[in-house]
Amino acid sequence: MNLIYTEEQNAFRREVRSWLEAHVPRQPLPSFDASREGFEAHRQWERVLDEGRWGMVTWPERYGGRGLDLIQWLIFEEEYYRAGAPLRVNQNGIFLLGPTLMEYGTAEQKSRFLPKMASGDEIWAQAWSEPQAGSDLAAVRASATLDGDEYVLRGHKIWSSRAVFADWAFGLFRSDPGSERHKGLSLIFFPLDAPGVRVQAIPQIDGETGFAEIFLDDVRVPAFNRLGAEGEGWSICMATAGFERGLMLRSPARFQVTARRLVEFFKACGTAADPVIRNAVLKAWMDAEAYALSIYRTASRLTAGGQIGAEASTNKIFWSEMDIAMHKTALSLLGARAELSRHAPDAVEAGRWLDGYFFSLAGPIYAGSNEIQRNIIAERMLGLPRV
Amino acid sequence: MDFRFSDEQVMTADVVRALLAEVCNSQDLRRLLTSGGTWDEARWKKLSELGFAGILVPEDNGGLGLAPADLVQVAEACGYRCLPEPLVDNVGIAVPLLAAFADRPGVAPYLERALAGEITVAVSHPVNPYVAHADRASAALIVRDDNLHLVAISPDRLTVQPSADPFRRLHTIALAPGDATRIAGREEAEAPLRHTLDRGALFTAAQLLGMAQGCVDLAVAYAKERQQFGRPIGAYQAIKHHLASVQVKIEFARPVVYAAAADLPHDDLHSRARISQAKLAATEAADLAAHTAIQTHGAMGYSWEVDVHLYLKRVIALTEAWGGPSFHRERVAARVFNAPLGPETIFARETDYARLCP
Repeated sequence: MNLIYTEEQNAFRREVRSWLEAHVPRQPLPSFDASREGFEAHRQWERVLDEGRWGMVTWPERYGGRGLDLIQWLIFEEEYYRAGAPLRVNQNGIFLLGPTLMEYGTAEQKSRFLPKMASGDEIWAQAWSEPQAGSDLAAVRASATLDGDEYVLRGHKIWSSRAVFADWAFGLFRSDPGSERHKGLSLIFFPLDAPGVRVQAIPQIDGETGFAEIFLDDVRVPAFNRLGAEGEGWSICMATAGFERGLMLRSPARFQVTARRLVEFFKACGTAADPVIRNAVLKAWMDAEAYALSIYRTASRLTAGGQIGAEASTNKIFWSEMDIAMHKTALSLLGARAELSRHAPDAVEAGRWLDGYFFSLAGPIYAGSNEIQRNIIAERMLGLPRV
Repeated sequence: MDFRFSDEQVMTADVVRALLAEVCNSQDLRRLLTSGGTWDEARWKKLSELGFAGILVPEDNGGLGLAPADLVQVAEACGYRCLPEPLVDNVGIAVPLLAAFADRPGVAPYLERALAGEITVAVSHPVNPYVAHADRASAALIVRDDNLHLVAISPDRLTVQPSADPFRRLHTIALAPGDATRIAGREEAEAPLRHTLDRGALFTAAQLLGMAQGCVDLAVAYAKERQQFGRPIGAYQAIKHHLASVQVKIEFARPVVYAAAADLPHDDLHSRARISQAKLAATEAADLAAHTAIQTHGAMGYSWEVDVHLYLKRVIALTEAWGGPSFHRERVAARVFNAPLGPETIFARETDYARLCP
């Protein structure tokens, strides 16, 4: 066990840091979920990242990445969050669909979709859930009917993050009409501006439109847009979900930076006398450290050829609960200012913590609710019987 | 940067796990419990034959010169089986402290026998007013007024303080005034005692971590068997989710304990905070695991008949051993409120500050 960065890793960190210092926008960008303007500003940032070849550092070089290992990815992310760089508007594409495409896509699909994903020319949304298929995702009803060399898509998708302004979506469809549950599903891409697609924004708890409903009414897409074999959509989605819950969705640096902000805020508030809040602040820092150590350990194992398993589900529960606790602690520190919106003259830090708190409440729900994750842990890690 | 154990470390831990499965399973614990004993001589002999006595003692002093990371999984394995005998306390905490004063008069004979696995040594440190298994030790290292004393154990020095843990026979040790027993004064004892506290907290954390998993595994085994409403209770989400929550706690305590083992030799603000965090996290996991295991067992969990109570009592004991939560939270606070924070500091040492804060 060796917990010391190599000289090469230190040099890599310096390289990332100096590039970010030169390129990260001085002013924070407007939210990508609140307006087209904010969305396009983030798309522009994706282009800047891609030009510097910093957009997808773990992708192979031939697709615009750097082919870095997971330890280098962690270092990159640490510097990224340290620099306060913008959130990744194409996260669904780069971290979820991208790796899945590389594993299951044909050469033609890879060259069609990966470069534009990398450049930010095509921003991706996820279209899995349906009104009747949430935690029970295998209840998907939206259909894909093969007609010549085209699929005809029909149905209703919901809770699709980024779908309001994004260009493409990857969705789970029932391609075998007689099939049930996990069988007969296919993963198919469709452009969000195709004829027959209607996107209806859903205002979120914070008033922004980060997710949407998608109505598909005889939308025709080439069969080329199916990822993997027909009927294999479920296992491909689960592979994607593995990436999502496992490492790439929430890098540890995000929480370490929040924990640092919280400690600094606590010190500035001068309320060191309240042991309850003080303990919560210390706990926030410790949890962020524990999460990071756990990911370093997993990254070391995966870099040496190991596989990620059901422990991905423990990650998702841990970070989502930690995120809520950190933001709630900040709200206690704010006292009466906790309720101020970010536009209030007295808000200063307040609105930011409140927005973060709202967003943190989504954590235990998206990417598979924490209840589903606990079932996975109980059944696959602990071996308890399925019902 | 490689956060994995070496093949040798994995192999050593496997050997210990296999041995303990053979000599420290539920039947073994039950037999000892029924006999009223706290020490199984046959098992101790086998554990001594592993040759771990000098694992953390420098080679110059006749030890193996290995590091805490070489012992941390062994301590975890001992916790997993709720091992009654103080293998970890002896080889991980006491013997290295004795070896730090190998050149002092009277130390060598004890050290030689301790390294040979013939005797155990007890440590009476200010954070632990009660000393477990002192009656079985040949000598005790006692801290009084920041001075370190070495005394031969004799029955007249010991006052038994019965513990709720049936396998921990606790004592207070009397020390007569005078310098005849003193082997180190305040200044020379300071650093070795600081290291001893760190090892104590680390290896206690590792045992608690193992105990947490032991509790989960006991509860899982029971939940698979016990039928209610026509199916195993482990098929119900109420049980599944309780146990999954414990497993999450364990999964995020484990890397902290392992990193603390790797960091311990740095002996700085950061390593101390990490060791303390490990103790806090492992305690929290073990505490939740013990009472969740009792709840999962229902009325059986409240009985003497299943092993869960043995774990619960050891958790209560080890929660305060080598510093309780309040003590360790302050060591974390010292690092959090006084040193640079942020993702780039995760593996930093105090000597890196110049680089971190240009």
